[in-house]
Amino acid sequence: MKIFIKNGHLVDPTQKIDEICDIFIQDGKITEIHAQGAKGKGIGAKGSKEPAAGKFDEIIEASGMIIMPGLVDMHVHLREPGFEYKETIKTGTEAAVRGGITSVCCMPNTNPVNDNPGITEFILRKAILEGSCSVFPIGAITKGQKGEELAELGMMYDAGCVAFSDDGRPVMDSLLMRRALEYSRVRKALIISHAEDMSLAAGGVMNEGLLSITLGLKGIPAQAEEIMIARDIALAELTGGRLHIAHVSTAGSVELLRAAKKRGVAEVTAETCPHYFSITEQAVCGYNANAKVNPPLRSEKDVEAIRMGVHDGTLDVIATDHAPHHKDEKSGEFDNAPSGISGLETSLGLSMRLVDEKVLTLGQLVEKMSLNPARILGLHGDNHSSTLTGIKGTLKPGADGDLVIIDTKTEYTVNAAGFKSKGKNTPFDGWVLKARPVVTVAKGRIYRWE
Amino acid sequence: MSLRSKDLISIKDISTEEIELILETAAGFKDVLGRDIKKVPALRGKTTVNLFYEPSTRTRTSFEVAAKRLSTDVINITTSTSSVVKGETLLDTARTVLALGADIVVIRHSCSGTSHFLAKNIEASVVNAGDGTNEHPTQALLDLFTIQEKKGRIRDLEVAIVGDILHSRVAKSDIYALTRLGANVRLIGPPTLVPDYLKDLGAKVYFDMNAGLEGADVIMMLRIQLERQGKGFFPSTHEYFRNWGLTAARVSRAKDDAIIMHPGPMNRGIEIASEVADSSRSVILDQVTNGIAVRMAVLYLVSGVKA
Amino acid sequence: MSKVLLDKKDMERAVTRMAHEIIEKNKGIKTICLVGIQRGGVHIANRLSAKLKEIEGSDLPVGTLDISLYRDDLNVRKDQPVVRRTQVPCEINNKKVVLVDDVLFTGRSIRAAMDAVMDLGRPSAIQLAVLVDRGHRELPIKADYVGKNIPTSMNETVAVELIEDGEEDRVVLE
Repeated sequence: MKIFIKNGHLVDPTQKIDEICDIFIQDGKITEIHAQGAKGKGIGAKGSKEPAAGKFDEIIEASGMIIMPGLVDMHVHLREPGFEYKETIKTGTEAAVRGGITSVCCMPNTNPVNDNPGITEFILRKAILEGSCSVFPIGAITKGQKGEELAELGMMYDAGCVAFSDDGRPVMDSLLMRRALEYSRVRKALIISHAEDMSLAAGGVMNEGLLSITLGLKGIPAQAEEIMIARDIALAELTGGRLHIAHVSTAGSVELLRAAKKRGVAEVTAETCPHYFSITEQAVCGYNANAKVNPPLRSEKDVEAIRMGVHDGTLDVIATDHAPHHKDEKSGEFDNAPSGISGLETSLGLSMRLVDEKVLTLGQLVEKMSLNPARILGLHGDNHSSTLTGIKGTLKPGADGDLVIIDTKTEYTVNAAGFKSKGKNTPFDGWVLKARPVVTVAKGRIYRWE
Repeated sequence: MSLRSKDLISIKDISTEEIELILETAAGFKDVLGRDIKKVPALRGKTTVNLFYEPSTRTRTSFEVAAKRLSTDVINITTSTSSVVKGETLLDTARTVLALGADIVVIRHSCSGTSHFLAKNIEASVVNAGDGTNEHPTQALLDLFTIQEKKGRIRDLEVAIVGDILHSRVAKSDIYALTRLGANVRLIGPPTLVPDYLKDLGAKVYFDMNAGLEGADVIMMLRIQLERQGKGFFPSTHEYFRNWGLTAARVSRAKDDAIIMHPGPMNRGIEIASEVADSSRSVILDQVTNGIAVRMAVLYLVSGVKA
Repeated sequence: MSKVLLDKKDMERAVTRMAHEIIEKNKGIKTICLVGIQRGGVHIANRLSAKLKEIEGSDLPVGTLDISLYRDDLNVRKDQPVVRRTQVPCEINNKKVVLVDDVLFTGRSIRAAMDAVMDLGRPSAIQLAVLVDRGHRELPIKADYVGKNIPTSMNETVAVELIEDGEEDRVVLE
């Protein structure tokens, strides 16, 4: 299968390309990039010429559109196995490609938990059969995510896990977290920390502050996150393990990470999610369970700090923490509603606002949403065997032909009911956003929308 | 003049004029309560459902008496929250209640925001009889009514609220209502139960009981939930009483004509000394009677607003 | 188009005549109790009371009666009527209660008022005094004392304006 995408504006920081290009894909891999405009600039510019139409199975006209390497979302809950009523590998990956995401890492808090190579293989097999995009499982750090003893990290890694996390809950035992960071060094595997001091969070359901008091909801102080980030940074320094902090939400957390990076704790990276830089705790008003998420939505000051952290590189990655839930679960008592936002289909649009507001350049956006996660996860041809995973985060010749073609000019209204995801739980329903994928190419297949 | 909403969910969400309307209407109902025939036909043919997810004899009985005095039929549904979590959803229960023909649903629930949720989802009028640690608006209204009755005004009174402010829906509603009507509110208790955020609600925070009671016109005691002790909010009830229990000696710090209030049920010897509870300053039983008048006013007024 | 039916003088004369009729019918005022229906009726009751005192020389306290909780249109109205105070200063058991209202129209208010009075006690009789009877009764109710009978059509409004409400004393047909 040969695909020719012409006249699109390609943004690929790995090749320093930010111009109109023609892109050639064969059998799911990039074969050539022809920069059209500038004379002599860009890869293959001198060889640029209109190829004969007949030679291609698909020709996609992309003039006026932005093209990016397919987005890599390193924090997704696909819910399968066990919670298929919330989401499946099939529906989750359909939602991903709708959002321009061509690689998703799925968290292990399924039922059973992905804490052994059998489950990992099940997910991978399902993903090959039913997935619209690439799926990379994340294994549990501890057996059953119980925080008591290490899971079989090595065997899971060999089976295809790209990182380890007990996401949804922290590893509260500091010694066990130390062991995980130490042991994972065998394969240079990444440990992802869900940073939450459970005893301090004490069953809270939203950010602690005046608003939690006036709503009568139990608060989670920012310190519940910051204490654990501080601990995990210290443990990364102690062990030399590779630490990645998931869903950073507070100003204090950004400060801790900034200081750690400045100090030269080389192996610490961090992500945030669109909801942490787009909305504040005010979204909870009216007991809107669709704004219940963990860590909770924070204050104005925190949102500003997250945006600064994204801007200055303290936060390496924008991930979704896509956490689909059934409508019935999000309806009723706020206290009893599960945490989470269905994020795959709004991530790009919300993140593009950072570009409009000059927090990020388009190239930096590609780094946060594609290149950096690919690198951190070893999907950039530098850790895992690239014959197994492919090369993500770039459109260099030889890399996977995963890309997204985006209309960045036309506004559209978010319609949760129309989500591909089974999870319609979003606080962004009705928002007007720009930057909607019109074509996503993943696993050599083309997905198009009007 | 009528209420703007078919529901009474929170003091936060209603206007000062609406508060005043409820209080004025309650005065009319208090007349009714003093008669031999303590019943009026105003809501004849209507049905009030008391949907209580938390045990509460006092509030439920008060609403029941109020509803009956207005000639509505009353159905009491009492369910423990734990069984509901496993079984029927709140919405399903609400729809069932509606199918039973409820015109007014009075709801008490251990989760904040439930009455708000119910009001949004059903056509019947919803009255919040306490939701989680959020609000208990009718309690605040009856407190206002009682203060008004005893002191002749609310404005510029020094009102001290003592105890577990953090978890008290009564305190929240009282703070909103009292500050709105121009009273000066002081909050007294241990820092674990009186967080600093509360200052932003326009109240003064005191950790020292004597200082907080100095010159007060009204002392409102809150019930201490004994299970808070186990969660480390204070070391023992003994120590709590030593620091924040209302004794005759402490009452003497307040104005000579200060009144003492308590939403009940009281823990004698833990937050309030018996001699104080039973003293002539105590208006605790007036609060109970006024509660019926205020709840009659609320039921009467909400049922006049069509969805 | 509005037309003045009674002016200040007419009203005064009407009240005086009604006071005399009340005394005559009840052989004095010892056995009676005046109860004005909120709000217009209360003012007329106060005027009657003053006039009765002038004639008989003894005080006759006036009760106020709020009938909103007894109305028969609570289910069909858009909003709830404002609840006002009901205060009857004397024992009404075995008294003759003279209900006082400003305008008698359909009779529904009087029906509500009689129910309200019955809930307060057991009077030996209930009588009715109105300043204006405009006809169009929907219930079998008749006034014992009428200031003035005014034939009206259904679409007209009779407004009783009183100095107690900050207006000029007069009755206007609109």
